Amino acid sequence: MAEAHPVGFQWVMEAKRRGAKVFHVDPRFTRTSALADSYLAIRAGTDIALLGGVVRYILDNELDFREYVVAYTNAATIVTEEYADTEDMHGLFSGFNDDNATYDQASWRYEGHSQNQTTRDSETQRETAAGLENESHGAPVGGETERDETLQHPRCVYQILKRHFARYTPEMVERVCGIPQEKFLELAQAWTENSGRDRTGMLVYSVGWTQHSVGVQYIRTGAIIQLLLGNVGRPGGGVMALRGHASIQGSTDIPTLFNLLPGYLPMPHHANHPTLDAWVDSIAHPGQKGFWGNARTYGVNLLKAYWGDAATADNDYCYGYMPRMTGDHGTYQQVLDMIDGKIKGYFLLGQNPAVGSAHGRAQRLGMANLDWLVVRDLFMIESATFWQNAPEIETGEIAPERCRTEVFFLPAASHVEKEGTFTQTQRLLQWREKAVEPPGDARSELWFFYHLGRIIRERLAASTKPRDRALLDLAWDYPTHGPNVEPSAEAVLREINGYDVATGRPLASFTEMKDDGSTVGGCWIYTGVYADGVNQAARRKPGSEQSLVAPEWGWAWPANRRILYNRASADPDGNPWSERKRYVWWDADKSEWTGYDVPDFEKTKPPSYRPERDASGVAGIAGDDPFILQGDGKGWLYAPTGVLDGPMPTHYEPVESPVRNPLYRQQANPTRKVYTHPINTLNPSPPQEHSQVFPYVFTVSRLTEHHTAGGMSRTVSPLAELQPEMFVEVSPELAALRGLSHLGWAHLVTSRAAVEAKVLVTDRVTPLRVDGRIIHQVWLPYHFGYEGLVTGDSANDLFGITLDPNVLIQESKVGTCDVRPGRRPRGQDLVDLVVDYRRRSGNLVHRYPPMVTTDVADTSSDQEA
Amino acid sequence: MTRGGEQLTVPPADFASYYGRPVLKPPVWKYDIAGYLFTGGLAAGGALIGAGAQLTGRPGLRMVGRWTALGGVAASTYLLVHDLGRPTRFHHMLRVAKVTSPMSVGTWILAAFGPLAGVAAVAELAPLLPQHGVLGLARRIAPPIGTVAGLAAAATAPALATYTGVLLADTAVPSWHDAYPSLPFVFAGSALAAASGVGLIAAPAAETAPLRRLALAAAAIELGGGHRLERQGLTSEPYTHGRSGRLVKAGRALLAVGVATALVSRRSRVLSAISGAALVASSVATRFGVFEAGRVSARDPKYTVVPQRERLAEKQSATRL
Amino acid sequence: MPHANALYGPLDPAPDAGYEDPPPRMGFFTDTSVCIGCKACEVACKEWNGVPESGLDLLGMSYDNTGALTANSWRHVAFVEQPRSAGWATPAFAGDPDGPAISPVTAAAGARTSTDTGTDPGLETGSPAAAARMSGGPEFLGMPGVQPPGRGSGAEGRTDFRWLMMSDVCKHCTHAACLDVCPTGSLFRTEFGTVVVQEDICNGCGYCISACPYGVIDQRKDDGRAWKCTLCYDRLGVGMTPACAQACPTESIQYGELDELRERAAARVAKLHERGVPEARLYGHDPNDGVGGDGAFFLLLDEPEVYGLPPDPIVTTRDLPAMWKRAGLAAMTMAVATAVAFLGRRR
Repeated sequence: MAEAHPVGFQWVMEAKRRGAKVFHVDPRFTRTSALADSYLAIRAGTDIALLGGVVRYILDNELDFREYVVAYTNAATIVTEEYADTEDMHGLFSGFNDDNATYDQASWRYEGHSQNQTTRDSETQRETAAGLENESHGAPVGGETERDETLQHPRCVYQILKRHFARYTPEMVERVCGIPQEKFLELAQAWTENSGRDRTGMLVYSVGWTQHSVGVQYIRTGAIIQLLLGNVGRPGGGVMALRGHASIQGSTDIPTLFNLLPGYLPMPHHANHPTLDAWVDSIAHPGQKGFWGNARTYGVNLLKAYWGDAATADNDYCYGYMPRMTGDHGTYQQVLDMIDGKIKGYFLLGQNPAVGSAHGRAQRLGMANLDWLVVRDLFMIESATFWQNAPEIETGEIAPERCRTEVFFLPAASHVEKEGTFTQTQRLLQWREKAVEPPGDARSELWFFYHLGRIIRERLAASTKPRDRALLDLAWDYPTHGPNVEPSAEAVLREINGYDVATGRPLASFTEMKDDGSTVGGCWIYTGVYADGVNQAARRKPGSEQSLVAPEWGWAWPANRRILYNRASADPDGNPWSERKRYVWWDADKSEWTGYDVPDFEKTKPPSYRPERDASGVAGIAGDDPFILQGDGKGWLYAPTGVLDGPMPTHYEPVESPVRNPLYRQQANPTRKVYTHPINTLNPSPPQEHSQVFPYVFTVSRLTEHHTAGGMSRTVSPLAELQPEMFVEVSPELAALRGLSHLGWAHLVTSRAAVEAKVLVTDRVTPLRVDGRIIHQVWLPYHFGYEGLVTGDSANDLFGITLDPNVLIQESKVGTCDVRPGRRPRGQDLVDLVVDYRRRSGNLVHRYPPMVTTDVADTSSDQEA
Repeated sequence: MTRGGEQLTVPPADFASYYGRPVLKPPVWKYDIAGYLFTGGLAAGGALIGAGAQLTGRPGLRMVGRWTALGGVAASTYLLVHDLGRPTRFHHMLRVAKVTSPMSVGTWILAAFGPLAGVAAVAELAPLLPQHGVLGLARRIAPPIGTVAGLAAAATAPALATYTGVLLADTAVPSWHDAYPSLPFVFAGSALAAASGVGLIAAPAAETAPLRRLALAAAAIELGGGHRLERQGLTSEPYTHGRSGRLVKAGRALLAVGVATALVSRRSRVLSAISGAALVASSVATRFGVFEAGRVSARDPKYTVVPQRERLAEKQSATRL
Repeated sequence: MPHANALYGPLDPAPDAGYEDPPPRMGFFTDTSVCIGCKACEVACKEWNGVPESGLDLLGMSYDNTGALTANSWRHVAFVEQPRSAGWATPAFAGDPDGPAISPVTAAAGARTSTDTGTDPGLETGSPAAAARMSGGPEFLGMPGVQPPGRGSGAEGRTDFRWLMMSDVCKHCTHAACLDVCPTGSLFRTEFGTVVVQEDICNGCGYCISACPYGVIDQRKDDGRAWKCTLCYDRLGVGMTPACAQACPTESIQYGELDELRERAAARVAKLHERGVPEARLYGHDPNDGVGGDGAFFLLLDEPEVYGLPPDPIVTTRDLPAMWKRAGLAAMTMAVATAVAFLGRRR
């Protein structure tokens, strides 16, 4: 966190100053470790084993916050007897379908629920990264459940959880993660001791945690611990996701993703959502409890924001104009399609896939096979110059004179040269003023898209073709100003906020939205940011002049609420769990919820409220159900549906791992997204043969001094000079083993590429004892490329493409490699080297690791070295 | 752990450092300044010899002394200005006069000495002027002016020769600063030795007797005042070891040779010239040696850290008693 | 009438420099115990002050690629990887398989690297022998009864590890040698008690560079003049915080009235000692030290020299009166010797 989020780390230091104990778990000793009270070196890709160990520690010692767990989580809910656990099936859950490597989630359901809870099959859900829709609400599930509040029923979630994690013992943590038992116990003890009525603990992770083939389950494990310890919905608790950029949260709220629309509405699928009704029903699940009952309202308001007056009840608010998904349109699928010539043109905005995405070579070869490419950036980045400067020029794979891609480079305005908002990790929108005019031809994205749309619409103005109606009917009338005819960002914010069509009055809350076309709102969760016609995101009242919650700094969605599910900060009767952790509570005298924050609950619904048997939507949520966006109002320790790779997290090895999974026969995530394409070669892992050709684990991450793919930092000298060369951090032991010397050269080889780097020998990287073996890890920054003031090989070139099934995030934080002293070969020799490694690993003809390995005997019994 | 293959002749002192990097910035002065130490001293010595010769009626030696002074001070001015990062701003030195800045003091000494030495030297050209007319007047009044200027220059000369010791000592450079009691004497002696050397080479043999005594006195001052250079603890090391140490030693040896030769040379022009050359060379070697020793001591953190550590340890044991 | 402590000892520098009724003395307290090594101070300083680039070489000195304070780096974040000294609660690598700590070797390799910092003579390479000692921790220096941190932790191998970070800066000494020796008056004392170079006056004589006991001020190549931290004199004048302190996310760099900072620092050290960090100590805070106390002082977690700071700096001009006396004596000796030589018997 200190490494990649130094500004946010000030609050960790502040907490430390007040006596908080900070633990840091990382494959390498970073700046965060330097400031932490305790550091745990972990083998990359084994976090579920570590956290699973904590879950077991909590359950075994009954250290959970029982009152909270019983009332607010689904611990007491009983699961159908069809369910079978990984304990019974060598690491698979029940319902696995070998044919397409997906789970039928029916057997995971709650007891008494009907089987047909999912409207789409698991494969389509994987193709469309459907898990992302759950960012603001849970997967659909019925509200009526069978419960055993004594938690003794063998099929209640509590017991299932206990059994599932029973094998995650401290010894197992040590075997899998390389973390000594006493270090693990120190962590588990501190975490549990700091949770309960009077204390809360916080879990902070950075995006590297998500970039695994089990990325979603990493977060799930963290969430399970926090729920068991009562650390959700309470001050000082929670799972804090540190984002990779200033507004990554914003770019999922108002998404730059192929499968989502603003406010986490799903992008329509051509087969599943033919009509508006089908679309909104698939979100609202008629009869289901919770706030998603109003999905139609949110959908209609969005369509009205897009098509304005043209959107009417008669034409289903122009739902027909909406683009439809036909399958996986994710970035990796697209790159492979580019290589195959299926995609002709591409826009890149603020993105540098030639350096920043996994398998850099595939990225560059894909872009080199387009007809045209538009790159908007601050500097001439690698993704704009691949046709003349890519490493593939040297190997002859790209020839500048024959590369067919026409690249248009358009200079972009930086964040200080345009106005708008950033939405940070806590959903806080903060308005940015424009400090200076952008230089030369540089323009904002808003300017670019507004005028692009304007010009296209002018060109098509005379068109009578039906296909052009969607464009021509768009509400595209933003006021502009200044010499550059810059559209007003505030006007866009107002539209996002929503307003009453008749009066133009900005909406104060999404509860004011109507589904009859009388209101417009571009992103329902952002409604309120422009309440009273005031830009609430621009508020800058210093924290010292307001309460601890600081509600008048910026604006947080939803409804300026700073902590979600904060009903959980009070006990089931509505009283604070403790004075120390008082936050939101029920004021019996006034008969309303009150507190320091905006209560995340219907203001006047008393704790004693119990829904009617058939109540649906918001009315179906009981007065003591804090998790109002879940169908059952409970925090999910166990996900009866919606998580494609299992109802509970399970440790699977990374797809490229030097060790056999010590926990189960199942080696890697059985439902991971695999791309079988000639360019996507993967290193073999146990139980495959020849995994020892790539004996070392490598992981990549950031340095404080650089920003992601380096486009904004390698290009400016005050930053470039601070970390001027590509390097690899190795332990003294590995340096001795491989003959590497400090500041000498080394190169790393995988089935995809070989990259070279200067060697930093440091005690901050340590070998680990894993399952009786010494595992060496190396670390590289992924900031370097071939443009800018400082250049170097790109670490992401080393990765292959394997994705998490839920959200299609790539596994780009762990892989296997070989480490060799000296510089890498050049030209054809480089190609030969990589091919030779593939030959030695038996991978000359493409082989992909088997999805299911439960038929191969266990690790410990028959893996005698 | 090898020590970089270096042959260390003294036991290495134990100390911690930041990657072995210097604590101090080594002086940015180029060899201009080492040269100036020599030429400035030479000028001062020349002025003194010129005055001595003038007062004791040795016109040949007087002329040599005065021209040495002018030559020395002219070279000094050039070297000083040349060494500046911004030579065109040399006159900024004259904005202020600061006792706390030996360089400011030196600037004003030079500012006084230079014109006087110039006038005195130019006055030596009087015999070349015509007998009559305005120039004839000049020819007549030049010698008395030269006399006054020469005596005045001589009066400032000792300051010119010795302030440079303070110039170097008033720095954080360990071997220079620690040598502050010695450096003015070393430089005074070295100045006299150099000027004597020039006189022995250039002046009529009949007039050089004082120079032989002066050379002896110079050696006495330099060695007497300078013997402490080797006895100031760790920071003496650069004066005795390495290139700087060799230069200092060479200076001493040449001084001894020069003085000895001067004492035996009597009226032999050849021996006088050899003696003179040795004395001049001695001065050059000493100046460059001292200059280099300072740079060496600033570059190695050892000379900064270890003495300061010892000082702290002494303070601590003192407070404990 | 000069102050009795004009050259040495406790003193309030601004009134001494002639300011009547100056504002309080301003300074920095840099608390390295909360420094996260983000280098925001270095970047903010360069951005605000327009300081040029200082070289694009990998130095191999942990994450320090700046190397030192130079004319082109007015803030410098030092990184020291070393066996952890006693007093920290949890050893970082306890229980991990041991290997020989190779850090001394890596440090020695790093010490040889240099870079074109755009300054003259540029960044000096280090002495490998000296570098090899650094990561082994400070060694025993003969102080009676004092056990330096780090000592005694070497033999167990990698059981103790820590990563020190520290943002260094010009100390703005009470008795600033650079200012004292400047022959042009380019360096001056501000009303805030800080020390600033006037770039339109400096003629690049270089005297200040040799005079600085901390090795801070430095000459810029192709420019010839001396440059260093101004403590953002232009910002102070309008009541703003210096750029580095403003940018520091963890309040490791604190800016304020020096007296107040000294109190804050003393409290912080006491608190750290209480929390079991006995190695915390202040550096440059004491008005009775060799430079009369620094305007920018530090809380360190190890001996100063580990961070590249002199352990006991003394302003060189403390000895200036004695120096002038010796020079006067030498000058008299010279005059007398000449007189004697010429007055001696004619031969």
